[in-house]
Amino acid sequence: MSELPPFSLYFIAALLVLFSRGISRKIILLATPVIAALYIWLNIDVGTLSSYPILDYELIFMRTDKLSLLFAYLFCIASFIASIFALHVNDTKQEIAGLVYAGSALGAVFAGDLITLFIFWELLAISSVFFIWARGTERAIDAGMRYLIYQVMSGVFLLAGALLHFHTTGSLAFDHIGLGSVAGWLIFIAFGIKSAFPFLHTWLTDGYPEATPTGTVFLSAFTTKVAVYALARSFAGEDILIYIGVTMACFPIFFAVIENDLRKVLAYSLINQVGFMVTGIGIGTALAINGAVAHAFSDVIFKGLLFMTMGAVLYRVGHVNGSHLGGLYKTMPKTTVFCIVGALSISAFPLFSGFVSKSMVMTALMYEDHGYLWLFMLFASAGVFHHAGIKIPYFAFFAHDSGLRPKEAPINMLLAMGLAAALCIFIGTQPQYLYSMLPLEVDYWPYDTTHVLAQLQLLFFSAMAFVWLNKQGLYPPELPSTNLDAEWIYRKVVPTGVRHGLAFLNNVKASSIALAMSPMHGIRNSFTQSSIAKYHLSESWPTGSMVFWIAIILVAYLLLDILVY
Amino acid sequence: MSEKKYFFDKPENVKWVLRVFYTICALLVVADFILHRHIGFSWEEIPAFYAIYGFVACVILVLIAKEMRKVIMRKEDYYDE
Repeated sequence: MSELPPFSLYFIAALLVLFSRGISRKIILLATPVIAALYIWLNIDVGTLSSYPILDYELIFMRTDKLSLLFAYLFCIASFIASIFALHVNDTKQEIAGLVYAGSALGAVFAGDLITLFIFWELLAISSVFFIWARGTERAIDAGMRYLIYQVMSGVFLLAGALLHFHTTGSLAFDHIGLGSVAGWLIFIAFGIKSAFPFLHTWLTDGYPEATPTGTVFLSAFTTKVAVYALARSFAGEDILIYIGVTMACFPIFFAVIENDLRKVLAYSLINQVGFMVTGIGIGTALAINGAVAHAFSDVIFKGLLFMTMGAVLYRVGHVNGSHLGGLYKTMPKTTVFCIVGALSISAFPLFSGFVSKSMVMTALMYEDHGYLWLFMLFASAGVFHHAGIKIPYFAFFAHDSGLRPKEAPINMLLAMGLAAALCIFIGTQPQYLYSMLPLEVDYWPYDTTHVLAQLQLLFFSAMAFVWLNKQGLYPPELPSTNLDAEWIYRKVVPTGVRHGLAFLNNVKASSIALAMSPMHGIRNSFTQSSIAKYHLSESWPTGSMVFWIAIILVAYLLLDILVY
Repeated sequence: MSEKKYFFDKPENVKWVLRVFYTICALLVVADFILHRHIGFSWEEIPAFYAIYGFVACVILVLIAKEMRKVIMRKEDYYDE
């Protein structure tokens, strides 16, 4: 037992929040991430290892290398920005949830064994759901419950996998595990749920848009990125991840184009971005892993920024439906500019953060000669620009004038968005600082003629397609609607199926009873028609009368017996 | 009603922005013939490959998504019923 693990700072702060109010509480919320980051900076070096005995088991709370440190700093930055953004919210539940959630993310990236990971895995699930429930609507409460079921299920897979892994290998180390065993697959599925693999992704697109305006900013930062970290740690170089990642990058963009709820559009584009990270992890070369991790870093900041701008719109307008927005640039100009910075970053525009990280994954695909997959990823890159880069800012802030004239976002929101936007540009223009933090040694520089020209052509002509489709009237209008996704199976097919199934079973029960009873009815009918039925005793069914008459007969026998002898 | 006129309320401003945009697009295509691009895959040798791919990809994306609406679009309160 040596140093205090960084997550405990967050947990102590969560306790302090409970016993404070007003200004002092706000100071705790803002200071915690700063203190935690400084603490890691000053006290914790690569190669620290410390464990805490609990009963007979050693929980490894601290295992540090460049990979875990990078994510730790990222989570401190993310929770700092999100805390500024949520500073106006006076809701103890959300404030505590934010600290426990960010603390658990730190705990998970420093975890050195699977049991410690499992503990923080579940804490992440339980603390984060409060951001959805805090919205208070019936939809949010239901969505939160579905979200929680998925998250807990992921934990169950992780625990089962960990125990089986221990049983077969005798080790619980949270290191490379691979897909060579059943235990490996169980853990893989656990990580897959949390990183929103296709068909396991609906907790994200279902839950995130229902969270509070500030809650989604927290949610977008931690859960999926902890999962990406875990995949990079345990399943780097597994080929199947390349195909999963490419699928994740491609399919959500179709949904994003026709989705009306702009925060749901961002939820889909979150999956699309995680797809790039998962692909990078699957390729497994040093450049690809670095690219995946670097992209996680940029993504947390630009996706947080985009969720913040939509959170600000939600806060001021009360909804984020593209069909009923437009023209907000007139009264929310600063939010508009920040949104455009986020949009350029996620689209990987040169000089913005997405460019310096995504190009690493693309280059790695090229080096490994995955030609067709590379084309799919290029398609996904163009698609990102289309739905997140253009659609979000265009339909919210420009397009047709909705007549809405909301006030500019509150000052704390503007500060948080400004900070995130500044970071996007800083990373995009000065990538050497991010590159120096990456886990593996790679010599890579994104700014050369080829990359910049290719990317600019791709993006400008994607924008050209948007302009052309709009002018031709071919662009699908924003419509209030629900689009069916994989969740349809458990939100509609199964419930309806169960309802119909139960009704069917009821029918079966009724008819089989009728069927079983019919011979008896037949016997009774033929009996009542027979001549015996005319006798007095056979008329009424009650067994009582039968017993009574038998008793009379027996008494008569008895009397006769006494009288005769 | 004398509401303040904003930038994009004036059609000439919209026209002006679009003109700048078209010019940049044209310059990017021209640049493709002047500057040297490294080639990783054979199809990158097609002149203005990225411009063509970006445009076509987005048109296909939108047209497929539009068709998807016919199959998967439901009323807003579909799940609430």
